[in-house]
Amino acid sequence: MFEGLPILSLLTFIPLAGAFLLMFMARISKEDAQEQLAKNAPRVALVISGVVFLLSLLLTLDFDSSKAGFQFVEDTSWLGGGIDYRLGVDGISILFVLLTAFLTPLCIFASETSIKSRMLEYMVAFLILETLMIGTFVALDLVLFYLFFEAVLIPMFIIIGVWGGKNRVYASYKFFLYTLLGSVLMLAAILWIYNFSGQQLGAPTTNMETLINELKIPGGVQTWLWLAFFASFAVKMPMWPVHTWLPDAHVEAPTAGSVILAGILLKLGGYGFLRFSLTLFPNASLELAPLIFWMSVIAIIYTSLVAYRQNDIKKLIAYSSVAHMGFVTMGIFAFNLQGIQGGIYQMLSHGIISGALFFCVGVIYDRMHTREIAFYGGLVKRMPVYAAFLMLFTMANVGLPGTSGFVGEILTMVGAYQVSPWIAAGAALGMILSAMYALHLYREVIFGEQTNEKLNDILDMNRREVLILAPLAIMTIVLGVYPSLITDITSASVENLIANFNTATATTGN
Amino acid sequence: MVVTTGLLFLSAILSWVALYKVGIGHEEADIKVLRWMDVGDMKADWAFKIDTLTAVMLVVVNSVSALVHLYSWGYMSDDEFKPRFFSYLSLFTFAMLMLVTSNNFIQLFFGWEGVGLASYLLIGYYFKKDTANAASIKAFVTNRVGDVGLALGVMTVFLVFGSVNFDVVFNAIAENSDRRLPFLGMEFNAIELIAALLFIGAMGKSAQFVLHVWLPDAMEGPTPVSALIHAATMVTAGVFLVCRASSIYEAAPITSGFITAMGAFTALFAATVALVQNDIKRVIAYSTCSQLGYMFFAAGVGAYSAAMFHLFTHAFFKALLFLCAGSVIHALHHEQDMRKMGGIRKKVPITYAAMIVGTLAITGIGIPAIEAKIGFAGFFSKDAIIEAAYSAGIAGSGSGSFAFWVGITAALMTSFYSWRLIFMTFHGDYRGDKHTFDHAHESPKVMLVPLALLSLGAILAGAVFYKYFMGNAGDFWHGALPSKYGAGHAAIAPDYLMAAAEGSADGYDTVKHTGPFAFLFNTFHGYPRWVLFLPLIVSLSGLFIAFMMYMRGEGAAKHIRTVEETGGGPLYNFLLNKWYIDELYDVTIVKGARKLGDIFWKIGDVKIIDGLGPNGVAAFAAGSAKRLSKIQSGFLYHYAFVMLIGVAAIIALVFRTVGG
Repeated sequence: MFEGLPILSLLTFIPLAGAFLLMFMARISKEDAQEQLAKNAPRVALVISGVVFLLSLLLTLDFDSSKAGFQFVEDTSWLGGGIDYRLGVDGISILFVLLTAFLTPLCIFASETSIKSRMLEYMVAFLILETLMIGTFVALDLVLFYLFFEAVLIPMFIIIGVWGGKNRVYASYKFFLYTLLGSVLMLAAILWIYNFSGQQLGAPTTNMETLINELKIPGGVQTWLWLAFFASFAVKMPMWPVHTWLPDAHVEAPTAGSVILAGILLKLGGYGFLRFSLTLFPNASLELAPLIFWMSVIAIIYTSLVAYRQNDIKKLIAYSSVAHMGFVTMGIFAFNLQGIQGGIYQMLSHGIISGALFFCVGVIYDRMHTREIAFYGGLVKRMPVYAAFLMLFTMANVGLPGTSGFVGEILTMVGAYQVSPWIAAGAALGMILSAMYALHLYREVIFGEQTNEKLNDILDMNRREVLILAPLAIMTIVLGVYPSLITDITSASVENLIANFNTATATTGN
Repeated sequence: MVVTTGLLFLSAILSWVALYKVGIGHEEADIKVLRWMDVGDMKADWAFKIDTLTAVMLVVVNSVSALVHLYSWGYMSDDEFKPRFFSYLSLFTFAMLMLVTSNNFIQLFFGWEGVGLASYLLIGYYFKKDTANAASIKAFVTNRVGDVGLALGVMTVFLVFGSVNFDVVFNAIAENSDRRLPFLGMEFNAIELIAALLFIGAMGKSAQFVLHVWLPDAMEGPTPVSALIHAATMVTAGVFLVCRASSIYEAAPITSGFITAMGAFTALFAATVALVQNDIKRVIAYSTCSQLGYMFFAAGVGAYSAAMFHLFTHAFFKALLFLCAGSVIHALHHEQDMRKMGGIRKKVPITYAAMIVGTLAITGIGIPAIEAKIGFAGFFSKDAIIEAAYSAGIAGSGSGSFAFWVGITAALMTSFYSWRLIFMTFHGDYRGDKHTFDHAHESPKVMLVPLALLSLGAILAGAVFYKYFMGNAGDFWHGALPSKYGAGHAAIAPDYLMAAAEGSADGYDTVKHTGPFAFLFNTFHGYPRWVLFLPLIVSLSGLFIAFMMYMRGEGAAKHIRTVEETGGGPLYNFLLNKWYIDELYDVTIVKGARKLGDIFWKIGDVKIIDGLGPNGVAAFAAGSAKRLSKIQSGFLYHYAFVMLIGVAAIIALVFRTVGG
């Protein structure tokens, strides 16, 4: 369908072009037209991100899921010295592109009413963010990937820092400090790889396909490099114990910022593990899998218990995100089909569910301007539609079969069980704990007698909010009932990944 | 309302047709509808598998559900959220049907958790009540504990058999019967491990001891819900699971022994608690718990057909008892405390009659040791279970003997608390508020029709279906349950039961005792007559004791007053407070989880991780903890810069080490 079209470049840079368009218009329009422009900015952004979504949908339909390799590859010389502009998608990355393109328009649509100041700049930040997120998933050059991967933080940093809540500065500080640590280590590792590829392959390159297929990194070094990449990915996931930036960032971020943070940014780490750790450093991955396992299980139990004790709705959901990401890392490092497929599934599903949950928080936050759990109670009477939506997403978060949340959890556990029953059993405890905190939250907010008089006039969801949550609700159920929609697309690539992994660990084991 | 009820009556009729076709005509089916999970060997479809076992469950679920829907028209008539109620009920029925028609463990798990969701929603239906909300969460979370066991069981199944499809798994048991698996630091026989893990799931759903705590609290839900979900259908899912996986349990003698012991203990435990409860619904709830115990120990000794038979008859009489209780509660303006009832039989004569039928059924009144089948439903099924336990016992199964004697003891208690309920509620003098009594009224017809139909079931279900369920007449089970006892239960002398059921037991009556009590020791269909008479004798004794305590003189009023004056004594309070198990859990698990959550949060995250991490870095860089506050004022670059230097140093180190 897209012969001769640089479709991935288009997908990546259309939002950026949109951002420039908005800035340009702001520049040339006169003082009195500014207000009008700010009013129209969300609509422009919505159209742009809508186009991107349609394109990515077409891309997915056109994608040949029977092939394991990269498709729609673009290759243009860029910096020289083996560092080129290369894009491409395979079964693992394409769905993240789709998820990004799916969530962004919803975020923009939601922000039109909930953002009160600097609307135009906000939209610009969001469009740039979309470019960088898609870029991260489609980049096939290590340096290009690194640029996108790190640059993603900047608009997010700004979104929290400018449009965030009271403690936004502390939150962005924490966010920045954590991620900086990881990034720098990863950069060092990339430099080393670049150097080493020159020695081993004749000419240095950062072409990811070449590196993955041809580079053989000796065992001891693998561990160091693995740890350097790990530092970056673990913070992004976030894995315990480097997770404490997430609750603060979520609490301070505006609704749409939280949605993107939970929906997409947390997935960058998992994507990185799949794309790099398992392929470039297979032996180190195998060797250090127990570390990941234990960190995952601790994350699941520890953060679930912490979530149970939160007073702030967003914090509770943020902690639950950490727990859910624990399932992802556990599945990925099981190195089997169920585990990895489950990990990918869990990421996509969590992107939808946690996104929806943060939208749900936004609905009542916009009305009451507080996220305090104790403030609410008895909402079901005044907001029955809201209660129904929140029930669905709560149950999906708990991993009820029939929702997408279940598929990811059960597959990762099945995957992990084959490697270590201890780990699977530990993770299964998370099933109980998630029910505890999620139902506790639901009960405190939705059920019970309404005692707070300030809630007397609270209105149920309006049409815009329903329009935002309905697609997410539909996807939650569709993916819960028919997961093959996803697993069919990912399976060839994942099988290939596992085959390569097994070959590498079998032959070069040291 | 009309739609849901109408459709359910249609389903109910169809499911009776299905039972006929499958049970008599052997038209089993396995229909695949849609691919569900398909990841490597992990394949599960949305499918309908109909064999006799499923058909029996279909009849139970659809019949009771249809009647409960109808009954709810009357019971919920003044409720402001009726559509919500009926959609929850239908959601439940859907999930339950998915559970029983599954052809694989994953869909079973879907239905399993789906009924849990519906149960959660319905228990918390009166969402303004704090107790209802608490009970609903307790039910869901406790069930989740069981579900974890079930999930791990399913994972083990997949690990061992490479499939989650019932047929594939059950046909591959023999070749895997000696496999051993490491699990949590120990090594187990794979089949035993699977059996045990699946049973943990069953314990949660079917409220067996340790995980039973949610069921009594679940009575916070509307009474029709209690009848449908917490008596007739959902709580029996555990029994269904064990029967469905009977091929696995046949190869797992140790776990089966454990099930027998656990079931028997629950039967006894719940019965002791039921003796002293004052809430009419809680008495029946504990009674349910206890009857489920019977079903489990039947399955444990290998008498799956007896377990299913009791499940079948129990559905009728227990739903009947609950709906009668609902009718009483409805009549008395939502009064549930039996201490404030009494003497209302003239006000609600039809309910009274129906409840008597239900009580006769649960206490197992019938004529033993004759060829003709005369008796109420529970008589046949409960006696079948007790006989099975007896057989297991004399064949050398310790847990079988235990179960037999416990079964007898619990039958005595069952009879006592059931009649106590009747006497306290319907007889004697009214002890509540006079206004309520004057306005007490018999329930409307929509509520009485279900009572009548269920009464019919409570009278006939045992006698009519005995030869099919127990005698396997016309090859009723057709392989859905093991027709002969498998390896695990070989020692039970299977022909005892089979021959007894088929009525060709002459060969077993050869031993002739003499002397004054010879009659009791001579056998009938292989059983000494005392075994057959004992359940009836204890049942009548229970009635007698209850009569003596509650019908003579002041009756119930006197006992209530005694308890008020003396406090009831330690044993009474121990039982009244349900052996203090809720309190124990509250102190250990609930408080423990909170405490742990606080520690992880306030010490783990805030003090240690943040303290050593970002805040610590900042403090370190500033050289003084006092300046920590400046973080909030935005001296971010300051610390970032310091960190960069630190990281640069690490990089240098790394490069030197790896020689890049």
